Amino acid sequence: MTSAAERGRDAGRQPGITVRMNDVAIAFGDLTVLHDVDFEVKPGEFVCLLGPSGCGKSTLLSAIAGFTPISGGHVLCNDEEVAGINQHAGVVFQSTEALFDWLTAEENVAYGPRMRGKGKAESREIAADFLTKVGLAHAMRKFPRELSGGMKQRVQIARVLANEPRLVLMDEPFGALDAQTRHVLQEELVRIWQRTGCSIVFVTHDIDESVILADRIVVMTAGPAAKIKSIYSVDAPRPRSRHDVAELYDQIQHDIRVEVAKSLRNQGVDVEGEAA
Amino acid sequence: MTAPTAALALASSSQRRKKKGGLGSRVLRVAVTWVVSLVVGVAIWWLLSMWLGANVMPSPWATVQALGDLIHRGTLFTSIGASLQRILSGWAIGLVVGTPIGILMGRVRIIRNFLDPYVEILRFIPAIALVTVMVVWFGIGETSKIALIVYTSIFVVVISTTDATMRISNDKVLAARSLGANGVQVLWTVVLPSAVPGIVTGARLAMANSFLTIVSAEMVAARSGLGTLIWTSYTFGRIDWIFAGIVTLGVLGFLCDRILRILAGTLLSRYGVR
Repeated sequence: MTSAAERGRDAGRQPGITVRMNDVAIAFGDLTVLHDVDFEVKPGEFVCLLGPSGCGKSTLLSAIAGFTPISGGHVLCNDEEVAGINQHAGVVFQSTEALFDWLTAEENVAYGPRMRGKGKAESREIAADFLTKVGLAHAMRKFPRELSGGMKQRVQIARVLANEPRLVLMDEPFGALDAQTRHVLQEELVRIWQRTGCSIVFVTHDIDESVILADRIVVMTAGPAAKIKSIYSVDAPRPRSRHDVAELYDQIQHDIRVEVAKSLRNQGVDVEGEAA
Repeated sequence: MTAPTAALALASSSQRRKKKGGLGSRVLRVAVTWVVSLVVGVAIWWLLSMWLGANVMPSPWATVQALGDLIHRGTLFTSIGASLQRILSGWAIGLVVGTPIGILMGRVRIIRNFLDPYVEILRFIPAIALVTVMVVWFGIGETSKIALIVYTSIFVVVISTTDATMRISNDKVLAARSLGANGVQVLWTVVLPSAVPGIVTGARLAMANSFLTIVSAEMVAARSGLGTLIWTSYTFGRIDWIFAGIVTLGVLGFLCDRILRILAGTLLSRYGVR
Protein backbone atom coordinates (compact mmCIF):
# COMPACT_ATOMS: atom_id res chain seq x y z
CA MET A 1 0.00 0.00 0.00
CA THR A 2 1.34 3.41 -0.91
CA SER A 3 1.34 6.36 1.42
CA ALA A 4 -0.74 9.43 0.67
CA ALA A 5 2.32 11.48 -0.20
CA GLU A 6 3.54 8.84 -2.64
CA ARG A 7 0.15 8.80 -4.27
CA GLY A 8 0.51 12.53 -4.86
CA ARG A 9 3.88 12.06 -6.50
CA ASP A 10 2.55 9.21 -8.62
CA ALA A 11 -0.17 11.48 -9.94
CA GLY A 12 2.50 13.90 -11.10
CA ARG A 13 1.07 16.78 -9.13
CA GLN A 14 2.35 18.75 -6.18
CA PRO A 15 1.75 16.59 -3.12
CA GLY A 16 -0.57 17.82 -0.40
CA ILE A 17 0.47 20.16 2.31
CA THR A 18 0.93 19.76 6.08
CA VAL A 19 -1.52 21.67 8.24
CA ARG A 20 -0.61 22.04 11.90
CA MET A 21 -2.88 23.50 14.56
CA ASN A 22 -1.06 24.39 17.75
CA ASP A 23 -3.22 25.25 20.73
CA VAL A 24 -5.69 27.12 18.53
CA ALA A 25 -8.45 29.18 20.13
CA ILE A 26 -11.18 31.15 18.40
CA ALA A 27 -13.42 33.64 20.17
CA PHE A 28 -16.00 36.16 19.02
CA GLY A 29 -15.90 38.85 21.68
CA ASP A 30 -16.54 37.15 25.01
CA LEU A 31 -17.80 33.95 23.42
CA THR A 32 -15.16 31.23 23.13
CA VAL A 33 -16.02 29.04 20.18
CA LEU A 34 -13.01 26.70 20.28
CA HIS A 35 -9.97 26.23 22.45
CA ASP A 36 -7.02 23.90 22.89
CA VAL A 37 -7.22 22.61 19.33
CA ASP A 38 -4.11 20.58 18.51
CA PHE A 39 -3.85 18.34 15.48
CA GLU A 40 -1.96 17.85 12.28
CA VAL A 41 -3.01 16.98 8.75
CA LYS A 42 -0.24 15.10 6.98
CA PRO A 43 0.57 15.71 3.31
CA GLY A 44 -2.05 14.02 1.15
CA GLU A 45 -4.17 13.00 4.11
CA PHE A 46 -7.99 13.06 4.15
CA VAL A 47 -9.19 14.32 7.54
CA CYS A 48 -12.84 14.67 8.57
CA LEU A 49 -13.89 17.13 11.26
CA LEU A 50 -16.94 15.62 12.91
CA GLY A 51 -19.11 17.01 15.67
CA PRO A 52 -22.60 18.03 16.74
CA SER A 53 -24.18 21.16 15.24
CA GLY A 54 -22.75 24.37 16.58
CA CYS A 55 -19.49 22.85 17.80
CA GLY A 56 -17.44 25.24 15.68
CA LYS A 57 -16.09 22.80 13.08
CA SER A 58 -16.97 25.16 10.22
CA THR A 59 -15.35 28.02 12.14
CA LEU A 60 -12.18 25.97 12.47
CA LEU A 61 -12.21 25.27 8.72
CA SER A 62 -12.75 28.95 8.08
CA ALA A 63 -9.68 29.72 10.24
CA ILE A 64 -7.56 27.31 8.15
CA ALA A 65 -8.84 29.07 5.01
CA GLY A 66 -7.80 32.38 6.53
CA PHE A 67 -11.36 33.75 6.55
CA THR A 68 -11.70 33.88 10.36
CA PRO A 69 -8.89 35.20 12.57
CA ILE A 70 -7.82 33.01 15.48
CA SER A 71 -7.57 34.48 18.96
CA GLY A 72 -4.82 32.19 20.23
CA GLY A 73 -2.32 29.58 19.11
CA HIS A 74 -1.03 28.97 15.59
CA VAL A 75 -2.34 27.61 12.30
CA LEU A 76 0.59 26.56 10.13
CA CYS A 77 0.62 25.39 6.53
CA ASN A 78 3.99 23.76 5.75
CA ASP A 79 5.38 25.63 8.78
CA GLU A 80 4.13 28.98 7.44
CA GLU A 81 1.72 30.85 9.67
CA VAL A 82 -1.65 31.42 7.97
CA ALA A 83 -2.14 35.18 7.83
CA GLY A 84 -4.94 36.49 5.65
CA ILE A 85 -6.41 34.36 2.87
CA ASN A 86 -4.62 30.99 2.73
CA GLN A 87 -3.34 30.84 -0.84
CA HIS A 88 -2.48 27.12 -0.56
CA ALA A 89 -6.12 26.24 0.08
CA GLY A 90 -9.20 25.88 -2.07
CA VAL A 91 -12.58 26.01 -0.35
CA VAL A 92 -15.74 24.11 -1.32
CA PHE A 93 -18.69 25.77 0.43
CA GLN A 94 -21.83 24.04 1.65
CA SER A 95 -24.02 26.53 -0.17
CA THR A 96 -24.00 26.67 -3.95
CA GLU A 97 -24.52 30.42 -3.47
CA ALA A 98 -20.73 30.45 -3.66
CA LEU A 99 -20.93 29.89 -7.42
CA PHE A 100 -21.01 32.94 -9.68
CA ASP A 101 -24.54 32.86 -11.13
CA TRP A 102 -23.70 35.11 -14.09
CA LEU A 103 -20.91 32.82 -15.33
CA THR A 104 -21.30 29.48 -17.09
CA ALA A 105 -19.91 26.33 -15.48
CA GLU A 106 -16.83 26.69 -17.69
CA GLU A 107 -16.34 30.36 -16.78
CA ASN A 108 -16.79 29.56 -13.09
CA VAL A 109 -14.05 26.95 -13.23
CA ALA A 110 -11.78 29.17 -15.36
CA TYR A 111 -12.12 31.98 -12.80
CA GLY A 112 -9.31 30.79 -10.50
CA PRO A 113 -6.71 30.24 -13.25
CA ARG A 114 -7.67 33.67 -14.71
CA MET A 115 -7.19 35.38 -11.34
CA ARG A 116 -3.83 33.67 -11.01
CA GLY A 117 -2.66 35.22 -14.23
CA LYS A 118 -3.26 32.45 -16.77
CA GLY A 119 -4.43 33.43 -20.28
CA LYS A 120 -8.04 33.17 -21.41
CA ALA A 121 -7.51 30.21 -23.75
CA GLU A 122 -5.37 28.29 -21.26
CA SER A 123 -7.87 28.89 -18.46
CA ARG A 124 -10.69 27.58 -20.64
CA GLU A 125 -8.69 24.49 -21.44
CA ILE A 126 -8.06 23.91 -17.74
CA ALA A 127 -11.76 24.42 -17.01
CA ALA A 128 -12.80 21.95 -19.71
CA ASP A 129 -10.32 19.42 -18.32
CA PHE A 130 -11.56 19.67 -14.73
CA LEU A 131 -15.24 19.74 -15.68
CA THR A 132 -14.64 16.54 -17.63
CA LYS A 133 -12.98 15.04 -14.55
CA VAL A 134 -16.12 15.69 -12.48
CA GLY A 135 -18.36 14.34 -15.27
CA LEU A 136 -19.74 17.67 -16.46
CA ALA A 137 -18.25 17.87 -19.97
CA HIS A 138 -21.79 18.13 -21.34
CA ALA A 139 -22.77 21.07 -19.12
CA MET A 140 -19.90 23.48 -19.69
CA ARG A 141 -22.02 26.20 -21.28
CA LYS A 142 -24.78 25.98 -18.68
CA PHE A 143 -25.38 28.58 -16.01
CA PRO A 144 -25.65 27.45 -12.36
CA ARG A 145 -29.41 28.08 -12.37
CA GLU A 146 -29.73 25.41 -15.09
CA LEU A 147 -27.93 22.77 -13.00
CA SER A 148 -29.17 20.43 -10.25
CA GLY A 149 -27.81 20.69 -6.70
CA GLY A 150 -25.39 17.81 -7.25
CA MET A 151 -24.12 19.27 -10.51
CA LYS A 152 -23.58 22.65 -8.87
CA GLN A 153 -21.45 21.03 -6.18
CA ARG A 154 -19.41 19.27 -8.89
CA VAL A 155 -18.80 22.67 -10.50
CA GLN A 156 -17.62 23.99 -7.11
CA ILE A 157 -15.26 21.03 -6.73
CA ALA A 158 -13.92 21.48 -10.29
CA ARG A 159 -13.50 25.21 -9.68
CA VAL A 160 -11.38 24.56 -6.61
CA LEU A 161 -9.32 21.78 -8.23
CA ALA A 162 -8.61 23.92 -11.32
CA ASN A 163 -6.30 26.01 -9.13
CA GLU A 164 -4.38 22.84 -8.19
CA PRO A 165 -4.51 23.61 -4.47
CA ARG A 166 -2.33 21.59 -2.15
CA LEU A 167 -5.06 21.71 0.47
CA VAL A 168 -8.80 21.39 -0.15
CA LEU A 169 -11.18 22.55 2.59
CA MET A 170 -14.75 21.30 2.31
CA ASP A 171 -17.56 22.59 4.50
CA GLU A 172 -20.38 20.00 4.48
CA PRO A 173 -20.36 20.12 0.68
CA PHE A 174 -22.87 17.31 0.27
CA GLY A 175 -25.10 18.29 3.19
CA ALA A 176 -27.96 19.61 1.05
CA LEU A 177 -27.99 16.72 -1.46
CA ASP A 178 -30.22 13.65 -1.60
CA ALA A 179 -28.72 10.39 -0.33
CA GLN A 180 -28.16 8.91 -3.80
CA THR A 181 -26.34 11.93 -5.22
CA ARG A 182 -24.35 12.26 -2.01
CA HIS A 183 -23.14 8.67 -2.31
CA VAL A 184 -22.06 9.13 -5.95
CA LEU A 185 -20.22 12.36 -5.16
CA GLN A 186 -18.46 10.80 -2.16
CA GLU A 187 -17.07 8.06 -4.41
CA GLU A 188 -16.03 10.59 -7.04
CA LEU A 189 -14.35 12.76 -4.43
CA VAL A 190 -12.25 9.83 -3.19
CA ARG A 191 -11.20 9.02 -6.77
CA ILE A 192 -10.24 12.64 -7.48
CA TRP A 193 -8.37 12.96 -4.19
CA GLN A 194 -6.43 9.76 -4.88
CA ARG A 195 -5.45 11.12 -8.29
CA THR A 196 -4.40 14.61 -7.17
CA GLY A 197 -2.75 13.72 -3.85
CA CYS A 198 -3.89 16.95 -2.18
CA SER A 199 -4.63 17.12 1.55
CA ILE A 200 -8.32 17.42 2.42
CA VAL A 201 -10.04 18.72 5.53
CA PHE A 202 -13.72 17.83 5.28
CA VAL A 203 -16.33 19.10 7.74
CA THR A 204 -19.41 16.95 8.30
CA HIS A 205 -21.94 16.05 10.98
CA ASP A 206 -22.65 12.73 9.26
CA ILE A 207 -20.80 9.78 10.87
CA ASP A 208 -21.44 7.61 7.80
CA GLU A 209 -19.82 10.15 5.55
CA SER A 210 -16.79 10.52 7.79
CA VAL A 211 -16.03 6.77 8.01
CA ILE A 212 -16.49 6.32 4.26
CA LEU A 213 -14.17 9.18 3.33
CA ALA A 214 -11.51 9.82 5.94
CA ASP A 215 -8.02 8.58 6.76
CA ARG A 216 -8.54 10.12 10.16
CA ILE A 217 -11.58 11.50 11.97
CA VAL A 218 -11.31 14.36 14.45
CA VAL A 219 -14.37 14.33 16.75
CA MET A 220 -15.19 17.61 18.46
CA THR A 221 -17.02 18.17 21.74
CA ALA A 222 -20.28 20.12 21.84
CA GLY A 223 -20.01 23.91 21.75
CA PRO A 224 -19.65 26.56 22.94
CA ALA A 225 -16.00 26.39 24.01
CA ALA A 226 -15.56 23.17 22.04
CA LYS A 227 -12.33 21.24 21.77
CA ILE A 228 -11.14 17.97 20.30
CA LYS A 229 -12.73 14.97 22.00
CA SER A 230 -11.00 12.17 20.17
CA ILE A 231 -9.10 11.34 16.98
CA TYR A 232 -9.61 8.03 15.15
CA SER A 233 -7.70 6.44 12.28
CA VAL A 234 -9.77 4.57 9.74
CA ASP A 235 -7.70 1.57 8.62
CA ALA A 236 -9.93 -0.02 6.00
CA PRO A 237 -9.38 -0.13 2.25
CA ARG A 238 -11.56 2.05 0.02
CA PRO A 239 -14.23 1.91 -1.25
CA ARG A 240 -15.77 1.16 2.11
CA SER A 241 -19.11 1.29 3.85
CA ARG A 242 -19.95 1.79 7.51
CA HIS A 243 -20.33 -2.00 7.87
CA ASP A 244 -16.61 -2.45 7.11
CA VAL A 245 -15.78 -0.35 10.15
CA ALA A 246 -18.76 -1.18 12.37
CA GLU A 247 -16.81 -1.09 15.62
CA LEU A 248 -15.30 2.31 14.88
CA TYR A 249 -18.69 3.57 13.76
CA ASP A 250 -20.26 2.56 17.08
CA GLN A 251 -17.44 4.15 19.04
CA ILE A 252 -17.81 7.46 17.19
CA GLN A 253 -21.57 7.30 17.51
CA HIS A 254 -21.20 6.86 21.25
CA ASP A 255 -18.86 9.90 21.40
CA ILE A 256 -21.30 12.05 19.46
CA ARG A 257 -24.28 10.91 21.55
CA VAL A 258 -22.50 11.85 24.73
CA GLU A 259 -21.74 15.28 23.30
CA VAL A 260 -25.26 15.88 22.01
CA ALA A 261 -26.68 14.87 25.40
CA LYS A 262 -24.26 17.25 27.10
CA SER A 263 -25.24 20.02 24.75
CA LEU A 264 -28.96 19.42 25.39
CA ARG A 265 -28.38 19.40 29.16
CA ASN A 266 -26.55 22.73 28.81
CA GLN A 267 -29.65 24.07 27.10
CA GLY A 268 -31.78 22.86 30.01
CA VAL A 269 -33.26 19.80 28.29
CA ASP A 270 -33.58 16.75 30.57
CA VAL A 271 -31.69 13.85 28.99
CA GLU A 272 -31.58 10.31 30.41
CA GLY A 273 -28.43 8.18 30.36
CA GLU A 274 -25.35 8.62 28.08
CA ALA A 275 -23.21 9.88 30.93
CA ALA A 276 -19.78 10.99 29.80
CA MET B 1 -46.95 0.86 -23.48
CA THR B 2 -49.56 -0.20 -20.95
CA ALA B 3 -52.90 1.55 -20.84
CA PRO B 4 -52.27 3.68 -17.75
CA THR B 5 -48.84 4.85 -18.94
CA ALA B 6 -50.25 5.63 -22.38
CA ALA B 7 -53.01 7.64 -20.75
CA LEU B 8 -50.44 9.41 -18.61
CA ALA B 9 -48.27 10.24 -21.63
CA LEU B 10 -51.33 11.53 -23.46
CA ALA B 11 -52.36 13.62 -20.50
CA SER B 12 -48.92 15.13 -20.10
CA SER B 13 -48.60 15.92 -23.82
CA SER B 14 -52.00 17.59 -23.86
CA GLN B 15 -50.92 19.48 -20.75
CA ARG B 16 -47.86 20.69 -22.64
CA ARG B 17 -50.02 21.84 -25.53
CA LYS B 18 -52.33 23.58 -23.13
CA LYS B 19 -49.41 25.34 -21.48
CA LYS B 20 -48.04 26.52 -24.84
CA GLY B 21 -51.48 27.75 -25.94
CA GLY B 22 -51.80 29.29 -22.47
CA LEU B 23 -48.81 31.57 -23.04
CA GLY B 24 -50.17 32.78 -26.42
CA SER B 25 -53.60 33.40 -25.05
CA ARG B 26 -52.13 35.15 -22.00
CA VAL B 27 -50.27 37.60 -24.25
CA LEU B 28 -53.45 38.10 -26.28
CA ARG B 29 -55.46 38.66 -23.09
CA VAL B 30 -52.98 41.30 -21.90
CA ALA B 31 -53.06 43.03 -25.30
CA VAL B 32 -56.85 43.02 -25.40
CA THR B 33 -57.05 44.36 -21.83
CA TRP B 34 -54.65 47.17 -22.77
CA VAL B 35 -56.70 48.15 -25.81
CA VAL B 36 -59.94 48.06 -23.81
CA SER B 37 -58.32 50.11 -21.04
CA LEU B 38 -57.12 52.75 -23.54
CA VAL B 39 -60.50 52.91 -25.26
CA VAL B 40 -62.26 53.34 -21.90
CA GLY B 41 -59.73 56.02 -20.85
CA VAL B 42 -60.14 57.98 -24.09
CA ALA B 43 -63.93 57.69 -23.83
CA ILE B 44 -63.90 59.12 -20.28
CA TRP B 45 -61.56 61.88 -21.44
CA TRP B 46 -63.96 62.65 -24.30
CA LEU B 47 -66.98 62.77 -21.99
CA LEU B 48 -65.13 65.03 -19.53
CA SER B 49 -64.08 67.40 -22.33
CA MET B 50 -67.70 67.63 -23.52
CA TRP B 51 -68.89 68.25 -19.97
CA LEU B 52 -66.17 70.77 -18.98
CA GLY B 53 -65.79 72.47 -22.35
CA ALA B 54 -62.85 72.65 -24.76
CA ASN B 55 -61.38 75.69 -23.00
CA VAL B 56 -60.79 73.69 -19.83
CA MET B 57 -60.17 70.26 -21.29
CA PRO B 58 -59.60 69.75 -25.00
CA SER B 59 -61.01 66.55 -26.49
CA PRO B 60 -58.71 63.69 -27.50
CA TRP B 61 -59.24 64.60 -31.14
CA ALA B 62 -58.36 68.27 -30.48
CA THR B 63 -55.21 67.06 -28.73
CA VAL B 64 -54.28 64.92 -31.73
CA GLN B 65 -54.84 67.93 -33.96
CA ALA B 66 -52.67 70.05 -31.65
CA LEU B 67 -49.96 67.39 -31.88
CA GLY B 68 -50.20 67.57 -35.69
CA ASP B 69 -50.00 71.35 -35.51
CA LEU B 70 -46.92 71.24 -33.28
CA ILE B 71 -45.26 68.67 -35.52
CA HIS B 72 -46.03 70.85 -38.54
CA ARG B 73 -44.46 73.88 -36.84
CA GLY B 74 -41.42 71.78 -35.95
CA THR B 75 -41.84 72.62 -32.25
CA LEU B 76 -42.71 69.15 -31.00
CA PHE B 77 -39.61 67.30 -32.17
CA THR B 78 -37.31 70.18 -31.21
CA SER B 79 -38.82 70.12 -27.73
CA ILE B 80 -38.56 66.33 -27.44
CA GLY B 81 -34.94 66.49 -28.66
CA ALA B 82 -33.99 69.21 -26.18
CA SER B 83 -35.63 67.46 -23.20
CA LEU B 84 -34.35 64.00 -24.11
CA GLN B 85 -30.80 65.26 -24.53
CA ARG B 86 -30.86 66.78 -21.03
CA ILE B 87 -32.54 63.73 -19.50
CA LEU B 88 -30.19 61.22 -21.08
CA SER B 89 -26.97 63.13 -20.34
CA GLY B 90 -27.94 63.88 -16.74
CA TRP B 91 -29.24 60.36 -16.16
CA ALA B 92 -26.12 58.75 -17.66
CA ILE B 93 -23.81 60.90 -15.51
CA GLY B 94 -25.92 60.06 -12.44
CA LEU B 95 -25.66 56.37 -13.25
CA VAL B 96 -21.91 56.40 -13.93
CA VAL B 97 -21.14 58.40 -10.78
CA GLY B 98 -23.79 56.82 -8.53
CA THR B 99 -22.93 53.18 -9.22
CA PRO B 100 -19.33 53.19 -7.90
CA ILE B 101 -20.39 55.32 -4.92
CA GLY B 102 -23.14 52.79 -4.15
CA ILE B 103 -20.75 49.86 -4.47
CA LEU B 104 -18.19 51.48 -2.18
CA MET B 105 -20.89 52.38 0.33
CA GLY B 106 -22.14 48.80 0.25
CA ARG B 107 -18.68 47.28 0.76
CA VAL B 108 -16.79 49.75 2.99
CA ARG B 109 -18.46 50.51 6.30
CA ILE B 110 -16.55 53.74 6.97
CA ILE B 111 -17.51 55.18 3.57
CA ARG B 112 -21.11 54.14 4.18
CA ASN B 113 -21.20 55.80 7.60
CA PHE B 114 -19.52 58.92 6.20
CA LEU B 115 -21.84 59.41 3.22
CA ASP B 116 -25.07 58.10 4.72
CA PRO B 117 -26.16 61.41 6.37
CA TYR B 118 -25.75 63.28 3.06
CA VAL B 119 -27.63 60.67 1.06
CA GLU B 120 -30.39 60.47 3.65
CA ILE B 121 -30.89 64.25 3.90
CA LEU B 122 -30.33 65.30 0.29
CA ARG B 123 -32.67 62.71 -1.17
CA PHE B 124 -35.58 64.42 0.56
CA ILE B 125 -34.84 67.80 -1.05
CA PRO B 126 -36.79 67.77 -4.30
CA ALA B 127 -34.90 68.86 -7.41
CA ILE B 128 -37.47 71.62 -8.06
CA ALA B 129 -36.31 73.32 -4.84
CA LEU B 130 -32.85 73.56 -6.34
CA VAL B 131 -33.77 74.93 -9.78
CA THR B 132 -33.01 78.53 -8.85
CA VAL B 133 -29.79 77.54 -7.05
CA MET B 134 -28.63 75.64 -10.14
CA VAL B 135 -29.35 78.64 -12.37
CA VAL B 136 -27.33 80.87 -10.03
CA TRP B 137 -24.47 78.38 -10.03
CA PHE B 138 -24.46 77.18 -13.63
CA GLY B 139 -26.35 79.90 -15.56
CA ILE B 140 -29.39 79.59 -17.77
CA GLY B 141 -27.69 77.24 -20.27
CA GLU B 142 -27.74 73.45 -20.53
CA THR B 143 -25.43 72.83 -17.58
CA SER B 144 -27.94 73.86 -14.92
CA LYS B 145 -30.60 71.52 -16.32
CA ILE B 146 -28.22 68.59 -16.68
CA ALA B 147 -26.88 69.19 -13.15
CA LEU B 148 -30.43 69.04 -11.88
CA ILE B 149 -31.06 65.71 -13.64
CA VAL B 150 -27.78 64.37 -12.23
CA TYR B 151 -28.96 65.42 -8.78
CA THR B 152 -32.34 63.76 -9.16
CA SER B 153 -30.83 60.53 -10.57
CA ILE B 154 -27.85 59.97 -8.37
CA PHE B 155 -29.52 59.25 -5.02
CA VAL B 156 -31.83 56.49 -6.21
CA VAL B 157 -28.91 54.87 -8.05
CA VAL B 158 -26.69 55.12 -4.95
CA ILE B 159 -29.35 53.76 -2.59
CA SER B 160 -30.36 50.94 -4.89
CA THR B 161 -26.74 49.94 -5.62
CA THR B 162 -25.73 50.10 -1.95
CA ASP B 163 -28.65 47.88 -1.02
CA ALA B 164 -27.87 45.34 -3.78
CA THR B 165 -24.18 45.32 -2.82
CA MET B 166 -24.93 44.67 0.84
CA ARG B 167 -27.07 41.67 -0.03
CA ILE B 168 -24.31 39.82 -1.92
CA SER B 169 -23.65 36.37 -0.45
CA ASN B 170 -20.44 36.49 1.56
CA ASP B 171 -19.57 33.00 0.29
CA LYS B 172 -19.17 34.45 -3.22
CA VAL B 173 -16.69 37.04 -2.02
CA LEU B 174 -14.75 34.52 0.09
CA ALA B 175 -14.70 32.04 -2.81
CA ALA B 176 -13.26 34.69 -5.13
CA ARG B 177 -10.64 35.70 -2.55
CA SER B 178 -9.52 32.13 -2.00
CA LEU B 179 -9.43 31.51 -5.76
CA GLY B 180 -6.83 34.25 -6.00
CA ALA B 181 -8.74 37.49 -6.63
CA ASN B 182 -7.43 40.64 -4.94
CA GLY B 183 -9.67 43.35 -3.46
CA VAL B 184 -10.10 45.29 -6.71
CA GLN B 185 -10.73 42.11 -8.71
CA VAL B 186 -13.40 41.07 -6.19
CA LEU B 187 -15.15 44.43 -6.69
CA TRP B 188 -14.94 44.19 -10.47
CA THR B 189 -15.62 40.48 -11.03
CA VAL B 190 -17.97 39.59 -8.16
CA VAL B 191 -19.52 42.61 -6.45
CA LEU B 192 -20.40 44.61 -9.58
CA PRO B 193 -21.96 41.67 -11.48
CA SER B 194 -23.92 40.61 -8.37
CA ALA B 195 -25.29 44.13 -7.98
CA VAL B 196 -26.42 44.51 -11.62
CA PRO B 197 -30.15 43.81 -11.00
CA GLY B 198 -30.18 46.42 -8.21
CA ILE B 199 -28.34 48.93 -10.42
CA VAL B 200 -30.87 48.42 -13.22
CA THR B 201 -33.77 49.00 -10.79
CA GLY B 202 -32.04 52.19 -9.64
CA ALA B 203 -31.51 53.27 -13.25
CA ARG B 204 -35.22 52.83 -14.05
CA LEU B 205 -36.31 54.81 -10.99
CA ALA B 206 -33.75 57.50 -11.88
CA MET B 207 -35.20 57.73 -15.40
CA ALA B 208 -38.67 58.31 -13.95
CA ASN B 209 -37.28 60.97 -11.58
CA SER B 210 -35.55 62.67 -14.51
CA PHE B 211 -38.85 63.04 -16.38
CA LEU B 212 -40.48 64.52 -13.29
CA THR B 213 -37.65 67.00 -12.83
CA ILE B 214 -37.00 68.13 -16.39
CA VAL B 215 -40.44 69.71 -16.83
CA SER B 216 -40.06 71.86 -13.71
CA ALA B 217 -36.54 72.88 -14.68
CA GLU B 218 -37.58 73.84 -18.21
CA MET B 219 -40.63 75.73 -17.01
CA VAL B 220 -38.49 77.98 -14.84
CA ALA B 221 -35.43 78.46 -16.98
CA ALA B 222 -35.11 77.24 -20.55
CA ARG B 223 -35.76 78.29 -24.13
CA SER B 224 -36.61 74.83 -25.43
CA GLY B 225 -37.92 71.50 -24.23
CA LEU B 226 -41.26 69.96 -23.31
CA GLY B 227 -41.49 71.96 -20.07
CA THR B 228 -40.94 75.19 -22.04
CA LEU B 229 -43.54 74.06 -24.60
CA ILE B 230 -46.13 73.50 -21.88
CA TRP B 231 -45.37 76.80 -20.14
CA THR B 232 -45.32 78.83 -23.36
CA SER B 233 -48.62 77.22 -24.43
CA TYR B 234 -50.08 78.37 -21.10
CA THR B 235 -48.99 81.96 -21.70
CA PHE B 236 -50.56 81.81 -25.19
CA GLY B 237 -53.73 80.31 -23.71
CA ARG B 238 -53.42 77.19 -25.92
CA ILE B 239 -54.69 74.45 -23.64
CA ASP B 240 -54.73 71.98 -26.57
CA TRP B 241 -50.95 72.44 -26.94
CA ILE B 242 -50.55 71.94 -23.18
CA PHE B 243 -52.38 68.63 -23.49
CA ALA B 244 -50.28 67.69 -26.50
CA GLY B 245 -47.15 68.33 -24.38
CA ILE B 246 -48.51 66.30 -21.46
CA VAL B 247 -49.45 63.34 -23.64
CA THR B 248 -46.02 63.47 -25.31
CA LEU B 249 -44.30 63.40 -21.90
CA GLY B 250 -46.26 60.36 -20.80
CA VAL B 251 -45.67 58.42 -24.00
CA LEU B 252 -41.99 59.39 -24.10
CA GLY B 253 -41.43 58.32 -20.49
CA PHE B 254 -43.21 55.03 -21.11
CA LEU B 255 -41.14 54.37 -24.25
CA CYS B 256 -37.85 55.23 -22.52
CA ASP B 257 -38.64 52.86 -19.65
CA ARG B 258 -39.70 50.07 -22.03
CA ILE B 259 -36.56 50.47 -24.16
CA LEU B 260 -34.41 50.48 -21.02
CA ARG B 261 -36.17 47.36 -19.73
CA ILE B 262 -35.86 45.49 -23.02
CA LEU B 263 -32.21 46.51 -23.49
CA ALA B 264 -31.29 45.56 -19.92
CA GLY B 265 -33.26 42.31 -20.10
CA THR B 266 -31.51 41.36 -23.35
CA LEU B 267 -27.96 42.54 -22.72
CA LEU B 268 -27.81 41.79 -18.98
CA SER B 269 -29.91 38.63 -18.77
CA ARG B 270 -26.93 36.58 -17.55
CA TYR B 271 -26.81 38.85 -14.49
CA GLY B 272 -30.40 37.94 -13.62
CA VAL B 273 -32.04 41.07 -15.08
CA ARG B 274 -35.52 40.32 -16.43
